[in-house]
Amino acid sequence: MNKANRLPFYLGLSFVIVLLSMMFISLFYTPYEPNAIDPNNRLATPSLAHPFGTDNFGRDILSRVMVGTQTAFLIGTTTVMIGLSIGFILGACAGYFGGWLDELLMRFIDAMLAFPGILLAIMLIAVFEAGMKNTIIALGIMSIPAFARVIRSSFIQYKSYDFVKASIAKGAGAFHIILKHIFPNAISPILVVSSLSFSGSILAESGLSYLGLGVQPPDPSWGRMLKEAQPYIESAPWYVIIVGSIITIMVLGFNLLSDGLRDIQDRKA
Amino acid sequence: MRYYLYKTSMFILTLVMVSLIIFFVFQLLPGNPAQIILGLDADEQQIRNLEQELGLERPATERYIDWIAGVFQGNLGESLRYQLPVSEVLADRIPVTMSLAVFSMLLTILVGFPLGILIARTDGKFISVFLSMITQLGISIPSFWFGFMLILLFSVILKWFPTFGYVPWSEDFFGALRAYFLPSLAIAISNIAVVIRYLRNTILDQKKMDYVRTATCKGLSERAILYRHVLRNAFIPVLTIIGLITADTLGGSIIIENVFALPGLGNLLIQSITSRDFPLVQSMVLYIAVIVLVINFMVDLLYKLIDPRISKRGEQL
Repeated sequence: MNKANRLPFYLGLSFVIVLLSMMFISLFYTPYEPNAIDPNNRLATPSLAHPFGTDNFGRDILSRVMVGTQTAFLIGTTTVMIGLSIGFILGACAGYFGGWLDELLMRFIDAMLAFPGILLAIMLIAVFEAGMKNTIIALGIMSIPAFARVIRSSFIQYKSYDFVKASIAKGAGAFHIILKHIFPNAISPILVVSSLSFSGSILAESGLSYLGLGVQPPDPSWGRMLKEAQPYIESAPWYVIIVGSIITIMVLGFNLLSDGLRDIQDRKA
Repeated sequence: MRYYLYKTSMFILTLVMVSLIIFFVFQLLPGNPAQIILGLDADEQQIRNLEQELGLERPATERYIDWIAGVFQGNLGESLRYQLPVSEVLADRIPVTMSLAVFSMLLTILVGFPLGILIARTDGKFISVFLSMITQLGISIPSFWFGFMLILLFSVILKWFPTFGYVPWSEDFFGALRAYFLPSLAIAISNIAVVIRYLRNTILDQKKMDYVRTATCKGLSERAILYRHVLRNAFIPVLTIIGLITADTLGGSIIIENVFALPGLGNLLIQSITSRDFPLVQSMVLYIAVIVLVINFMVDLLYKLIDPRISKRGEQL
């Protein structure tokens, strides 16, 4: 791998590390209490005391953004876990057994992909009500298709390899082959999709919360901060700019990471 | 012929799956749906009336069949909030969303394709890293926040466009054009980035093919090879991306309509969820999903027309 191509990967990695450390710091320390209201200091411009300014209730935006990283990482991690575990089962069954089961499962995945953008999550939340738990479940379900597809294609690819055939000939069961022979080889495409789906979930959560269908108070959320900031776009533009930039940096970080991982994987192949 | 038969049967199977998923999800409403819709202070009689109206006392399979049969007759049920047939409520909203989608697709194609082709001709290492990061940024920006930024720049600072507010086409053509421009751009930005990335990768891949070397050997200029040979072959993957973008555009308009207060489907969807108008939400979700499926189906059919080499599962032979 040459130097120039590593740049995006390391840039993505550093974005993620900065935000990750921000999250750890916020667990022990924030400059102000994130929900402390200060009526005398509403919509203050960024200053030394408040580096990101204050919001319409006089709350410190930096502290609130920091606490928001917790929600973002929680949502990203849990949705990837849900998407990966269910997607793995569906993709492995479809790819390994093939035939009508594959056809049926893939049409199911196609059906899920027919809901554009966050429509699937919106529908689920319309029925089960907004909140942190349901946002995670809805976004987790939304990320199943990407995992199922990539896992299915790895399975189809490796099933035809000699080492797998040899194992089948020796009498190994499906469970053994799936976990011992195919899964280790599928790890790198899974990592690429995980990173992509992590950023996708954060993007989707900010959209849902902006619409008032995602994370509800008192849980902190960047998307809801943007909703609160919108009316003050003229009087306090930095509020909107800062919160949106943070979301973008987080999403960009994981997208670049996924891109870099894919490059490494392509080079190995 | 087998290709068309296979694709058509898969299309129908997927349609059935989509309708089943939607129906099933709305069956899962926790508690009594009539109670949820009416709120906690509704009395027994009201709840019983609504149950009757929604047909809740009948078995689920019967209600599903009724719903689908209704859809085929153009009867999507009745909105609880508007007390009107769903199809009537939607009829007012569809033109807004369609205008937004078409406008945004046009922007994507007019900006994305020329830029993608132009960029594919530059092949330097640093240029490609730089481009990959810029387009990645375009994909990573939340579209609704990009909408805020457009409002801030064009409406608040430069005062070129109205902040929000909707003007129908019939009232003032140029006013409508102005009202749709910023929201369309906000949706288009990530799609433009996707098109550029995709087109560049496809063209660079095609350039490595043998036919390009042959053409170079017989003395064709690089331009001629690009326009006469490469772009033709790059068209198939591009068709795929157009199908994807259409879905993304519809998905994006759900949020963007709420940013710019455009009275389209996305705007109605969120309002209906807040007012617990479940029959309206259910039909609207079905409507949007069916549009996406139909477009993907048409793309599948076009593939075969453009390139007869394509096998039934869609891979090139």
